[in-house]
Amino acid sequence: MIPAAFDYIAPETLDAAVRALAAHGEDAKLLAGGQSLLPLLKLRLAQPKLLIDLSRISALTGIGRQDGKIVIGALTTHYQIESSELLKKQCPLLPQTARAIGDVQVRNRGTIGGSLGHADPAADWPAAILALRGELKVRGPNGERALSAEEFFLGPMTTAIEPTEILTEIHVPIASRRSAGAYQKIAQQASGFAIVGVAVSVKITAKGVCEEIGIGVTGLADKAFRAHAVEERLRGNKLVASLIEESAATVADGVDPLEDLHADSEFRAHLARVYAARAIRDAAKTAGRSR
Amino acid sequence: MPISKFVGARIKRREDPALIRGLGQYVDDLKLPEMLHVAILRSPHGHAQIKSIDTAAARQHPGVVAVVTGAELRDQIGTIPTTADNPTLRIPKHYVLAIDKVCYVGEGVAAVVAEGRYTARDAIDLIQVEYDALPAVIDPEKALTPGSPVIHSEWPDNLAFHWEQTQGEVENAFKQADKVVRQKLVHQRLAPIAIETRGVVARYRSAGKELTVWSSTQIPHLLKTHLANMLRLPEEQVRVIAPDVGGAFGSKLNVYAEEALLAWMAMKLGRPVKWAEERSENIRATIHGRGQVGEVEAAVKKDGTILGLRYKVVADIGAYHQLFTPAIPPFTGLMLSGCYRIPAIAIEVRAAFTNKMSTDAYRGAGRPEATYVIERLMDRIGQELGIDAVKLRRKNFPQPKEFPFKTATGLAYDSGNYQRALDKALQLAGYDKLRREQKQLRRRGRYLGIGLSTYVEICAMGPGFWEYGKVEVGASGLVKVFSGASPHGQGQKTSFAQIVADQLGIELDDIEVIHGDTGIVAKGIGTFGSRATAVGGVAIYQAAEKVREKARDLASHLFEVDADDLVFSEGRFAVKGVPRKALTIQQIARQAHSAKTLPEGSEINLSADSTFEPANFTFPFGTHICLVEVEPATGNVEIKKYVAVDDCGKVINPLLVDGQLQGGVAQGLGQALYEEVVYDENGQILTGSLMDYALPRAANLPRLQLARTETPTPVNPLGVKGIGEAGTIGSTPAVVSAVVDALAPFGVTHIDMPLTPQKIWRLCREKKPAPAGRRQ
Repeated sequence: MIPAAFDYIAPETLDAAVRALAAHGEDAKLLAGGQSLLPLLKLRLAQPKLLIDLSRISALTGIGRQDGKIVIGALTTHYQIESSELLKKQCPLLPQTARAIGDVQVRNRGTIGGSLGHADPAADWPAAILALRGELKVRGPNGERALSAEEFFLGPMTTAIEPTEILTEIHVPIASRRSAGAYQKIAQQASGFAIVGVAVSVKITAKGVCEEIGIGVTGLADKAFRAHAVEERLRGNKLVASLIEESAATVADGVDPLEDLHADSEFRAHLARVYAARAIRDAAKTAGRSR
Repeated sequence: MPISKFVGARIKRREDPALIRGLGQYVDDLKLPEMLHVAILRSPHGHAQIKSIDTAAARQHPGVVAVVTGAELRDQIGTIPTTADNPTLRIPKHYVLAIDKVCYVGEGVAAVVAEGRYTARDAIDLIQVEYDALPAVIDPEKALTPGSPVIHSEWPDNLAFHWEQTQGEVENAFKQADKVVRQKLVHQRLAPIAIETRGVVARYRSAGKELTVWSSTQIPHLLKTHLANMLRLPEEQVRVIAPDVGGAFGSKLNVYAEEALLAWMAMKLGRPVKWAEERSENIRATIHGRGQVGEVEAAVKKDGTILGLRYKVVADIGAYHQLFTPAIPPFTGLMLSGCYRIPAIAIEVRAAFTNKMSTDAYRGAGRPEATYVIERLMDRIGQELGIDAVKLRRKNFPQPKEFPFKTATGLAYDSGNYQRALDKALQLAGYDKLRREQKQLRRRGRYLGIGLSTYVEICAMGPGFWEYGKVEVGASGLVKVFSGASPHGQGQKTSFAQIVADQLGIELDDIEVIHGDTGIVAKGIGTFGSRATAVGGVAIYQAAEKVREKARDLASHLFEVDADDLVFSEGRFAVKGVPRKALTIQQIARQAHSAKTLPEGSEINLSADSTFEPANFTFPFGTHICLVEVEPATGNVEIKKYVAVDDCGKVINPLLVDGQLQGGVAQGLGQALYEEVVYDENGQILTGSLMDYALPRAANLPRLQLARTETPTPVNPLGVKGIGEAGTIGSTPAVVSAVVDALAPFGVTHIDMPLTPQKIWRLCREKKPAPAGRRQ
């Protein structure tokens, strides 16, 4: 567990970090909470020449509201999200997802931006951000741009961030009346990562009809994805148990499920169906209560 | 024992204040002047011929002091030892670094010594090794099949040893049986995963010809002897120190390549050297536990009487033997009778070389396997005959008056009352109520399972392995206790002090317990096999007794009375009838140190030592009951309740006993539900980090309900049996039994460990629940 030699800088401003990254390109790695990067370095699976530690850039940390949206700095830790009073009221899916991540130590160090940028196909955040139809702000030498969650994840450990760009903020909508979220996960016993995790964000009418729904699925495929077909079946319909079951049963259709020591593809697909149904049920129930 | 003020009391561990505050001193905390660092290049192949090793680039790397390979060491360091007296045993030459061939992933191939730890690690990547990969054999049963790849060319059948034993009329038993119940059982490989990985520091002072080796070991004294042999030094020139050791579970009851290698390097280079094992090395190159595949069959009468038992097992040895590797499978054989009356038992062990790390002692070391075999078998017999698990066990228990109870495996169980532990556990668990609840919930499609394990195990190794203790009252009255045991988390700095405090009538704060240094403790064996208290504690008890009697002699001299006229009470020797004329042992020590005249033949030092070698083993026992809920849709298992009633004889410190149980149960359920070292068919390890090797977490455990019965052993004067491994031994079958019980409506009679969600889900999907389990 001894990394290869590397240089280290810790810029104090985002501009300085962007400049440093532009100067070093793919030789550099961004260090956020280090919960994925440090093990990779120690196992020498990653051997960057330079580490750019973002932790001194205060602008990257914090949770607030801006233009009717919730804005979360990329360096905000899982624990800060888990314990945020603002989020518990205005976007409870995020604290709920945060609670499901790793263990207390990981949640104290790990950051939402680090996790999203790392894009592990079994990480928890991608499911929630996809379900919420969040937006990700990135900054590079040519300025800032915004990516939708769906544009963001390209494949295992691969995102639409350019090598010279830094993920800065995550924007999610504020929960409205009769809306709710749920995250249901079966964790791999050793790593704590999701064998399958399903996040649901739903808004229903006073009559219990599904007005809007987002379903994010992690762990099942080589990248987290939105289950559009399932959403389609639910949208505009009353969320009764039978419809939820039928719709959730299609969540793995057309997906090539991952396979590993802990779950083969058949079991993973099955779990995705079970947990999708549970997450939809949970979210619908909570939304029904939050009048 | 005179008064029992401390023994039996729930006293907090005296070790903890320092350890909790980070003031422990582990091997990796040592920093010696001029110290160099070692990194080891390990085989990436499960089985391969080494064609060439090019170390030139590594040698030239700045900061590198030396690079060594196996060929250079062949005549320098003896082979890694194994101890067993089995005439069929085949011992392959096990060098500290591989020479021509590697036989498992993780086997050492070359080592770098450098000025810094990082430099040493960097230089490892500069060594070029050319391998010719060979076909590997991973499955021990396949290894013993003709046509298998051969690991050691001198033994084309891959048979490491063969051991069998038959007592009683086994053939006859099977002829007379109403039914024969069979079950194949797999005891998967486990990694011990102590929190502190292994580590070694070695220093040689050529002036005094003094080699000092600090090692994270359970057996400093045995290690000293073996290292002296391997390095061809007189034992007296070797000192081994086990500083604070962060857990072991048997994994440090060994002599490892790195211990000899670093000692040799320190001598060769004239500078101290350090190696600290990485976790990924720990999973590959520290011994594994378990690794047996067996088939058991029992000859039974309709009423549940067991007439006889046969067990044929293939043991997965790995590529080489480590220190006690060949001793473990026969241990399983000896304990096969469990806590039951079985008049005839036949055991056959065939041990196979495989392209894997060696198996050896891991918490329980052979007994968890035996207990799992007999307890799974009892459940299977109950299923086949339609007899309740509790009733079947009761029927086959020996009665308390039958002890010492002789088994058909050749052991004599010292003392026991299996009935009492079972009754207490059933009562604590509310067994009958749980059964009713189970029935009700099944109707609603919820699956509770109640698992039971009544175990007996073997402790206090014990005969053939003595232990040493010494008690010394200093001039100021402070007492030093020296033990040849080498605790590494068990808490004997507390419990040994309790024993001595009562013997001498003094306070705990006046006692210091010292262990783990062959330069300070004259002799010893070490801590393993739940022996430290039942053997080492007894040696200390005896030494303290001697000190007390010496103090009596001194007191009689000081008071000028006959020794018989002195009474010892409440920590004082007083002259009979003159209570004011009294001295504590500490006062006597002070006076003795400054006395002008002492009685003829007496010593100034109020000190005594003792060795104790028990005449028999001890046999702790108990009943564990586990309640689970299994979710067939996902295969998830939730442990809802866990009751353990354990009998380890007399208890010195109930808090320490509870602690041993908590950790032990966690490890045992880890085997049942989560853990397995997995190699692929080429010998690549698929569970090479804690991201894939699944340990139990605190959140997986309910609050354990722990209770005890107390049946002292007649084997030692303290009446103590040992408790270090009972939790692990009792729990694994209880958890498996509970899950299988939960799935009874699905027709499940057995599942091989670990009981992962995927396995459970698949079984449930294949078999629809029986009508009783359907929603009404």
